[in-house]
Amino acid sequence: MNQTINSATTTEPMISLSGVEKWYGAFKALDNINMSVAKGEKIVLCGPSGSGKSTLIRCINHLEAYQKGDIHVGGIMLGHGSKTIDAVRREVGMVFQQFNLFPHLTVLQNCMLAPMRSLGLDKAQAEDRARTLLERVKISEQAEKYPAQLSGGQQQRVAIARALCMRPKAMLFDEPTSALDPEMVKEVLDTMIALAEEGMTMICVTHEMGFARQVADRVIFMASGAIVEEAPPAEFFSNPKHERTRKFLGEILGRH
Amino acid sequence: MNYTLDFTPVIDGLPNLLWACLGTFTLAICGMLLAIVIGIGGVILRQSPLKPLRWLVIGFVELIRNTPFLVQIFFIYFALPLAGIRLDPTPTAIIALGINGGAYAIEIIRGGVQSISKGQMEAGLALGLHKAQVFRLIILKPALRAIYPSLTSQFILLTLTTSIASAISAYELTSVSQRIESDSFRSFEVYFTVTAFYLVISWVMMRIFALFSSRYFSYPVR
Ligand SMILES: Nc1ncnc2c1ncn2[C@@H]1O[C@H](COP(=O)(O)OP(=O)(O)OP(=O)(O)O)[C@@H](O)[C@H]1O
Ligand SMILES: [Mg+2]
Repeated sequence: MNQTINSATTTEPMISLSGVEKWYGAFKALDNINMSVAKGEKIVLCGPSGSGKSTLIRCINHLEAYQKGDIHVGGIMLGHGSKTIDAVRREVGMVFQQFNLFPHLTVLQNCMLAPMRSLGLDKAQAEDRARTLLERVKISEQAEKYPAQLSGGQQQRVAIARALCMRPKAMLFDEPTSALDPEMVKEVLDTMIALAEEGMTMICVTHEMGFARQVADRVIFMASGAIVEEAPPAEFFSNPKHERTRKFLGEILGRH
Repeated sequence: MNYTLDFTPVIDGLPNLLWACLGTFTLAICGMLLAIVIGIGGVILRQSPLKPLRWLVIGFVELIRNTPFLVQIFFIYFALPLAGIRLDPTPTAIIALGINGGAYAIEIIRGGVQSISKGQMEAGLALGLHKAQVFRLIILKPALRAIYPSLTSQFILLTLTTSIASAISAYELTSVSQRIESDSFRSFEVYFTVTAFYLVISWVMMRIFALFSSRYFSYPVR
């Protein structure tokens, strides 16, 4: 119940989903998803391939439409009209597995485009903001380069900076390190850890369990489109309750 | 075979021929610009959520690509005046070339747009940009780059197709050379020269395309 009148005593969650269902034709990709993410909270979302992790976080900024349930982001109820969708997209940043930098724009231009076109910043403001954030992901010396001239790890850090240039209230990460060569995973995770320490609200789909242990407030495990189990990382890893969680952890930790 | 070559009529007509080259060039460049506009506009309409608009584009492309250019140009020049639209040969030729080239450009550019990964669109949308902004600012340039070779060869074809505008006596190389030929009966000399001129025109076009590409598509790809 989000419509609490006494807002002094209840902190409204940054992101909340209630009863969300998503179908691809006759296939149910999300099954009665209920979750609530407080301001500053860090969630790690994991689960086997095809369990609906990407679908879930893509519903939060409406890259995927859903058929049932409600999603609130930063106090905005995500309707299906373009107005609230745009409002929500300006509030949440997203980082993709494949970086999705714009190849024809320099690193700096990648970071300036949306603040100028979507938030209406002027060029000087946008550049200022972009340079500050590129500095923060430690890549400011590459500002004039094009994406194709950067390593995967560098590209992903630029993608993070680009999303942060919108000054989002929350960040969504969809397997940000799985397309990277192993030696580049750390630089991206370090960037995400720094972001987490600054208090960003984050939902990360990742199988980096070290990251989960270090950063997550809660780990949410999904299977077959439903949330099976959620717990703080210590408990989640040491004492998983469900058989499917144990099996999943066995597989994923056994690999290392 | 004792035909003696005599280039005198060609040399006398040279100023005329050179001006005619410029005419050909003008038709080609204007036709191309129109074709680009129609091509990009058509692709946008082709993606419209409104079915009738999509059908309109599909119908247009099918109509133009399955009828002869000569008939299209005759239609505009001879049939439209009956509907009250009367155009001079040069604007007629430009419009016909633009419409014809545009129909091909729609299909070519659409292929380019489809070759751009969905992730680009999603990244743009996730940053709060509208679909139209994403198309214009993010998709279009890499899409054009992807199909640039096909588009330019289509435009070389368009350049050579300007010669068909001689059928309505537009001011261009073929019609001017026809006049010189029928006055002098020096068919070999005239058409030999004209062939050489067309080669040069095509070559100049290709240089322009390459120059444009090196400016506009200078960003590196992996
Ligand atoms: N466009 C689509 N059409 C039909 N089915 C889809 C579509 N996208 C995803 N699915 C299905 O929905 C389910 C959930 O997909 P999703 O991509 O969310 O899984 P995931 O947990 O992110 O998996 P992975 O770890 O492989 O990324 C899968 O079974 C997938 O096949
Ligand atoms: Mg996924």
